[in-house]
Amino acid sequence: MSRIQTTFARLKAAQRKALIPFITAGDPSPQLTVPLLHGLVAAGADVLELGVPFSDPMADGPTIQRASERALKQGVSLRSVLAMVAEFRQLDTTTPVVLMGYGNPIEAMGWEVFAKRCAEVGVDGVLTVDFPPEESHEAFEHLEAYGVDPIFLLAPTTSDERIAAVAKLARGYVYYVSLKGVTGAGNLDLSAIEEKMPHMRRYLDLPIGVGFGIRDAATAEAVAKLCDGVVVGSRIVQEIENSTEQNVVAHVATLVGELRQAVDRA
Amino acid sequence: MSYNYPDQGGHFGQFGGIYMAETLIPAVEELRVQYLRFRDDPEFKAEFAHELKHYVGRPSPIYHAKRLSDSLGGAQIYLKREDLNHTGAHKINNAIGQALLAKRMGKKRVIAETGAGMHGVATATVAARFGMECIVYMGAEDIQRQAPNVFRMKLLGATVVPVESGSKTLKDACNEAIRDWVTNVESTFYIFGTAAGPHPYPMMVRDFQCVIGNEAKVQMPEMIGRQPDAVIACVGGGSNAIGLFHPYIDVPNVQIIGVEAGGYGVASGKHAAPLTANAKVGVLHGNKVNLMQDENGQIIETHSISAGLDYPGVGPEHCLLKDIGRAQYVAADDDEAIAAFDALCRFEGIIPALESSHALAHAIKIAPSMGKDKVLLVNLSGRGDKDMNTVARIKGITL
Repeated sequence: MSRIQTTFARLKAAQRKALIPFITAGDPSPQLTVPLLHGLVAAGADVLELGVPFSDPMADGPTIQRASERALKQGVSLRSVLAMVAEFRQLDTTTPVVLMGYGNPIEAMGWEVFAKRCAEVGVDGVLTVDFPPEESHEAFEHLEAYGVDPIFLLAPTTSDERIAAVAKLARGYVYYVSLKGVTGAGNLDLSAIEEKMPHMRRYLDLPIGVGFGIRDAATAEAVAKLCDGVVVGSRIVQEIENSTEQNVVAHVATLVGELRQAVDRA
Repeated sequence: MSYNYPDQGGHFGQFGGIYMAETLIPAVEELRVQYLRFRDDPEFKAEFAHELKHYVGRPSPIYHAKRLSDSLGGAQIYLKREDLNHTGAHKINNAIGQALLAKRMGKKRVIAETGAGMHGVATATVAARFGMECIVYMGAEDIQRQAPNVFRMKLLGATVVPVESGSKTLKDACNEAIRDWVTNVESTFYIFGTAAGPHPYPMMVRDFQCVIGNEAKVQMPEMIGRQPDAVIACVGGGSNAIGLFHPYIDVPNVQIIGVEAGGYGVASGKHAAPLTANAKVGVLHGNKVNLMQDENGQIIETHSISAGLDYPGVGPEHCLLKDIGRAQYVAADDDEAIAAFDALCRFEGIIPALESSHALAHAIKIAPSMGKDKVLLVNLSGRGDKDMNTVARIKGITL
């Protein structure tokens, strides 16, 4: 069983929901990424989503755009993100790590080289925001060959027909984008999530994580009631932005600790 | 040659496609279905033709730039006068087409990205014409460079949103327009300005712009008894170019030449000429194309004197035409474009857009070594009124 499967199976047996925090690799500085990842796990994270910075993050709001800019200014590349995961794996061999980003840095490296490196350093899943199933055949083939899970997005606008198509390619878990908009936007519509969930369950055996618009303990708890995992990104990145290099790990741990409690109340 | 692109998934060979976040996939799919439905609808075609004739002022004439040609002593340069269109550039052809589609799809809000401002002005114009709300995203640096067009858009009732992220130019305006679309996908039609982006945009924008080449194919034989030896157009995203080129793809013995922005020179690295520089294939803004990027796949900042060409990618059909050898792509640098701009002003009394000046610069470069019986048809895609501030600044003049 893969690390992602093991994690969700363990949570299911314990009747708990997954907490899936997101940070951008290299933000606020490359040296702090691995300590932050360990801090997230210690505070209760089940799966880690690690953002690969990109110069043109079209699906992201201002908070994650700024995080990408901070990372790129410090020379962070896909190569160095993979090295960060390798370093993280020296101390943590169980927590799943999912790389999340845009396709072009991977295209530049080449999908086969990338998939091989993922397997070597211990990346468990890859979510490429701008590669829908239609354009993911090459990506899928190489990730599958190296046992890396392709993670796909579903959205409020996704039809049942498309959910079925995504279900054929998706591995690990699927990420439901809970609102129409970019990362970090407000206005979470819980009833819309509730309505969409049975449509996804009909075609998908995989766990469903929900993200976009989860800003605090209350929204995390409410969303956790409806799905298998809660993804929190912009709120954590905002905390990183508002901290100093000295206190960032502690601040993020406190926030994630609160989110953990909230998710466990659900 | 059998040439029939794109395929059903929007691929031009290895290029093109539909590389978008899931939230927008249903939107581009709906657009594809609706476009295919109306493309051959007689009523839609009649309304489009009527607007082009009575609102845009088509057909645009072809003009023999005789004094300029004589001064070069070689090939004869003819100009397809898209600069005489309503709003002053070819962009209106596509904006009308997409607005008519938006109207049929019941969308009352339109958004657009713009670089030089010509597509923004065209979109603001059609939004006023059809009574739609209009938001235009424009890089903060371009707003500085193209102040008259910003004012024009505002006069037409559009909201112009400055984009402060990234390099603050066209690519960042695209990013921001995509962010708007993903947020307002149900109410909003994205009037995309060039023959790039996710399928069906490269095909749809091309189809709307093909009026340029289709007219030229009739006009040239009327004027000179045959087709030209070469058709030449500037290429940023490449919508004016594909509009002229596409109808000529299956015409034998017509050379097709796209002219990219050479900026400070292709060798300097500071340019916007991905095809000329053999940039690696990559994915940005919904399509796979030759893309200016560093070794890590990050998009690099481009440079051109012309805001409309200042873009790191290029439309997928141009990538294919280069790949299969049907078209050749070259660059004209900033200085060459300015020299061509001056030449057309002085010899012909026509002030061209800086974008179009790049195409003209290449014609000026190759004409002298060609026979006087040879004919180059240059797409004069826009007029230069918007560039007064830029040109004055370059010449050290304060207006």
